[in-house]
Amino acid sequence: MAVAATERFFLRLVLLTVLFAGSGVARTAVLPEEAADVLYHRYEGGGMTIDGPSVLVRKNIGEQFSISGHYYVDSVSAASVDVLATASEYTEERTEYSAGFDFLKEKTLMSVGYVQSDENDFEARSIHLSISQDMFGDLTNLTLGYSVGWDEVGKVDSDFSEDARRQNYRIGITQVLTRNMLLGFNYEAITDRGFLNNPYRRVRYEDPLSPRGYEYQDEVYPETRTSNASALRLLYYLPYRASIKGEYRYYSDTWGIEAHTIEAAYVHPIGSHWIAEAKVRYYKQSDADFYSDLYPFRDAQSVLARDKELSKFTGMTYGVGISYGTEVREFSGVDKLEFSLLLDFMEFSYDNFRDVTETGFAVGEEPLYEFDATVTRAYVTVYY
Amino acid sequence: MKTRKMTAGLLIGAVFALTGGCASLAEIEPWVKPYERDNLADPIMSLGRHASAGSYMNHVYQSREGARGAEGGAGGGCGCN
Repeated sequence: MAVAATERFFLRLVLLTVLFAGSGVARTAVLPEEAADVLYHRYEGGGMTIDGPSVLVRKNIGEQFSISGHYYVDSVSAASVDVLATASEYTEERTEYSAGFDFLKEKTLMSVGYVQSDENDFEARSIHLSISQDMFGDLTNLTLGYSVGWDEVGKVDSDFSEDARRQNYRIGITQVLTRNMLLGFNYEAITDRGFLNNPYRRVRYEDPLSPRGYEYQDEVYPETRTSNASALRLLYYLPYRASIKGEYRYYSDTWGIEAHTIEAAYVHPIGSHWIAEAKVRYYKQSDADFYSDLYPFRDAQSVLARDKELSKFTGMTYGVGISYGTEVREFSGVDKLEFSLLLDFMEFSYDNFRDVTETGFAVGEEPLYEFDATVTRAYVTVYY
Repeated sequence: MKTRKMTAGLLIGAVFALTGGCASLAEIEPWVKPYERDNLADPIMSLGRHASAGSYMNHVYQSREGARGAEGGAGGGCGCN
């Protein structure tokens, strides 16, 4: 419980990407490779530890059909600044299952997927559709996607129950520019309607009668949200065997958040088996119109939020990775094995979210919050 | 309202590209020939080389940031299949 709303709502989108990543989102329209993928993921930082497995299995049937199944677990141990401020530490587990089906006809790939996510106080179901088409001598790939999802938000030990519906519209274009350069463009519009906040999250307001000078009340989000995101990616093969990637994304939504993301990455093979890589990512966003770290009094506005994800802040991510791949001749039925270890180090600095766990400061004068996190992913892929 | 208009415009553009746009452009000769696509076919030229791990990272970003969508996450390759 008490996990950020966005965190939970977007889990199912993760599975969507996993399901379709091998099956046609802005990729050439071919059936994905048959493979099994076993991943261990771990996020540690800001008082949160989240880890668990992810297993993806894909099997082709004939030349035209492919089926896939995915299982994903997050084991959460939470003592974040939000939890420490208004609740007590907790642990929980969330599980997701998904199934996908792809159908290839000539240069058109059609995909459909279903995702189900369960927690003790949250349920999400969603359906995903996409169609991907190669054109212009296979130099261009166009993908259109649509998703619809239904959430049921509950509260532990209570009858509380609210619904939300979410829809995603996606366009992806991959374009070969030269024999060494590739361009990717993605656009996605998302519309949400219903109960969009986290039922555990609270906002604070000034209260001269309180010994600490402030009190808390439940947050209230608007009941609708529409967002637009557009991204450009450029991939270039260097004069020697290595590649660089540049990426920019612009985001805005009806809550007043505007965000810029810039990423650069470098991939460098070592010998015939190893691939090393490094990346740096910069993220900056403005705050939601209705966000405040400290409201002047109770019920100061009709909508209220103090989620740090809706505040004004900057984030930096530095990542490194190493992969080892080898062909397999010893075991029949297995063609290739790949091992990868990826490490990301993240830093967040908030401009108007204060750390209320720091005591001895005047109300509204507490130090601005900042934290670091480390993200580890280790996985093996078996191609058969 | 503005975002709705923008969405509609983009969808119309995409439909045009898929239908009328294609008809007149179908004759275009690929300027990168299939035999010139060896570099593009290299795994290091994939926009989504780490499928599950990349998606997990997008999940982490979405959890910690206000922005969402257009992550891409896949693509690349030579288009030579």
